[in-house]
Amino acid sequence: MSVYDPSDTTTPAAVEGGAETRRAGAFLRLLRKPMGLGSLLVLAVVVVLGLLEPVLRTHSPNFTSLDFINAPPGTPGWPLGADQYGRDIWARALSSINVSVISALIGASVAILIGTVFGLIAGYRGQRTDAATSWVFNLLMTFPALVLVIVLTPLTGGAYQITMAIFGFFLAPGIYRLVRNLVVGVRNELYVDAARVSGLSNRRIISRHVFYVVRGPIIISAAFMASAAISVQAGLAFLGLGSTQVPSFGVMTNDAFLNIYGQPVQLVWPSVFLALLNGALVLLGNAYRDVLAGPQAGRKRRRTRRLVGEAVPMAAPGAQSSAVSAATPDRGEGGLLTVRNLRVAYPSTDGSEREVVRGLDLEVNPGEIVGLVGESGSGKTQTAFSILGLLPKEARVSADELRVAGDSLLDGNGAAQRNLRGGVVSYVPQEPMSNLDPSYTIGSQLMEGLKRTMPRKEAKAAILALLERVGIPDPPRTFKAYPHQISGGMAQRVLIAGAVVSRPKLLIADEPTTALDVTVQAEILDLLRELQRELGMGVLLVTHNFGVVADLCDRVVVMRNGELVEEGAVRDIFHAPSQTYTKELIAAILDEETTRSDAPASPMGSGVS
Amino acid sequence: MPEVLKGISLNVAAGETVGLVGESGSGKTTIGRAVLGLAKPTGGSIKFEGEDITHLPSGERRRLAKDVQVVFQDPYTSLNPALQVADTLSEPLIAQGIRGADARKRVLELLDRVGLPTDSAQRYPREFSGGQRQRVAIARALALRPKLIVCDEPVSALDLTTQARVLDLFIELQRETGVAYLFITHDLSVVRHISHRVAVMFRGEIVESGPTGKVTTAPDHDYTRRLLLAAPTADPDRQAERRAERRKLLATTGASGAAVNLD
Repeated sequence: MSVYDPSDTTTPAAVEGGAETRRAGAFLRLLRKPMGLGSLLVLAVVVVLGLLEPVLRTHSPNFTSLDFINAPPGTPGWPLGADQYGRDIWARALSSINVSVISALIGASVAILIGTVFGLIAGYRGQRTDAATSWVFNLLMTFPALVLVIVLTPLTGGAYQITMAIFGFFLAPGIYRLVRNLVVGVRNELYVDAARVSGLSNRRIISRHVFYVVRGPIIISAAFMASAAISVQAGLAFLGLGSTQVPSFGVMTNDAFLNIYGQPVQLVWPSVFLALLNGALVLLGNAYRDVLAGPQAGRKRRRTRRLVGEAVPMAAPGAQSSAVSAATPDRGEGGLLTVRNLRVAYPSTDGSEREVVRGLDLEVNPGEIVGLVGESGSGKTQTAFSILGLLPKEARVSADELRVAGDSLLDGNGAAQRNLRGGVVSYVPQEPMSNLDPSYTIGSQLMEGLKRTMPRKEAKAAILALLERVGIPDPPRTFKAYPHQISGGMAQRVLIAGAVVSRPKLLIADEPTTALDVTVQAEILDLLRELQRELGMGVLLVTHNFGVVADLCDRVVVMRNGELVEEGAVRDIFHAPSQTYTKELIAAILDEETTRSDAPASPMGSGVS
Repeated sequence: MPEVLKGISLNVAAGETVGLVGESGSGKTTIGRAVLGLAKPTGGSIKFEGEDITHLPSGERRRLAKDVQVVFQDPYTSLNPALQVADTLSEPLIAQGIRGADARKRVLELLDRVGLPTDSAQRYPREFSGGQRQRVAIARALALRPKLIVCDEPVSALDLTTQARVLDLFIELQRETGVAYLFITHDLSVVRHISHRVAVMFRGEIVESGPTGKVTTAPDHDYTRRLLLAAPTADPDRQAERRAERRKLLATTGASGAAVNLD
């Protein structure tokens, strides 16, 4: 949230994270995670063991010695013992590590190479290219890869490298779909359009803007694909497919399996190594995903909770609410909404609290329309949401007094407050479309609140009458329509109908016309004015648009940085503002009398036609 | 594909600002994208300096980058969050083969010109406010000294005070460089402030165009009149008059455009 900044051109605020590049940051953060560091270490140890095979082994993996058949672990020169053919299990395990690592590398790189290249092309080009490649990859996905690999064994001659290359080919659709979907998302970003207009070639745009986005997910899937390749290679070798001359964990498991009653311990060694490799790879992929998703995931969660959660305001410590209200009789005892010393704070990452509303006093009288104005970050929406009880859970709300129609919102449990708010206070949001559930008809959503208090038929008649009242041309048709079937202006009328159905005393509207076209805005403002007069409601209108304020409001409250700057009758604020900030705001309104009158700039070339 | 625009004719002369006003769905953004080569018109032609650029192959289109540039509405999504400002600004320079020290010098020059401190170059978009981001986007558009910038609602996401300052920057840059603007917006007060001429769009057609003063004070077309009267003015008494006037107009002409959009 940006804060009002009078110069706008001053040095940008340094944000946590600084200027370190994200790539190095991601890897460092991976190392800082116990799971990431642990799995990387295990992988490194196993791989290094394989690389040092010529140094560490005491026999060739296929050397047999009849003297040492089924030698137990710990026999001098045979650290893990020997199998039923008298072969050194330690040497065979080391050799098998290399086979597994090579299988993983071949399988994963073939899958990633094919999947990424085609995914990038299909996603970026779209249209026919996308349709054709997606068709091919979907077809590929339906092939039973394992069966095919087995059937092709005579052709591959049992060489595990070729088998893994084929298997990687069948893993490619997974990567392809991942990359393609990510690219389709990025392609429509404005910064990609801007790069195109800047004259960058497609290849450059893909490598600069698109590849950055897909890099993380590709690394994550690479870990899972590598693990899959290792398991499949081991599985095929266990079944006896491929050369028995190449030692691998699959072959070792098979040998041990035949000997399971004699020497069950022989089964342990290949299983331990397989488990270590696969477990480390999968956990590494998970850790890396957490690292990449870390801060963003947290932020997203907070945003969704915003409308669901409910922060119950607490009486400010040391303030006796009854005493305060008694002490200020001059501020309209019969006020519809009374807010005294409202504070809203959020915990920030370093443990301190950041106050977004700092001691606000606010009053709305019955039948009065009060405009709450300010720029982004001024705390106007936070104020409205704390009255509505719509702030996220982590918000800390406190006030000396928070009273609607005589009832305090400070004490009482959540349910009592909900009842109070439901019957007395209503809300009209900014985005009409996102506040209607797309999977229910308009009628059923409007009936929701009424069904409990009156029979269905009556409720429906009431809703239809109300829809007619808010200016919807064909109420029965709209009643049966789904939200996507009506325009934004109509959706806002529907929401207004929903807000006034309970005949509220106070209507809180948060930028109710900001998302609408100017002609529709004028109609909605007319509707709000008419309904306010008919029902005698008090209205708290949160907006940044001074035209809307001038059109509708009786009184204006100007906010900045969470504090009240100025408050007064609408004419006083517009014609004789007393505070510098209010004057600045009013001066920033583009005035209507002067139009641009200077001649076009001196030509430095000709234009378009 | 449904036809969004119907036989639009529009001229922008060198060094002038043409405001394109209309409501959502009127097709004004599509015109901007067609000029930029991001949308392909099904008929008609777009000429730049006499050359037909309607169906340029992508290679030649890229050559046009040094003449025709863009500033988009949303300063949050029009800058790649992963790139430092310097990288974003040098993008058009790289495309034209300008690299190294020359590119760095130009980046600092651009930052200075749009009123951002030079240490902004090593910062990421998330460290800037909306107004500052829009200045970065303007700097990117200016990088190649273009002759025309398509501005698609460049100030509508900004706060009131920031909006006025960014508009002044646009005007100042135009006076300095002689760049022409095709300025797309829904906000009549913005159009008045920046345009020499205005074209009003309604349902894919230009219903009226002419000098800004004429169109915004004595409009010929009913829709323009309705649009002007619908925009609330920031003065309670004058707004009350305007409201009454609008009612009168609607009573005589009928409020078309308010129909439900079922099906």
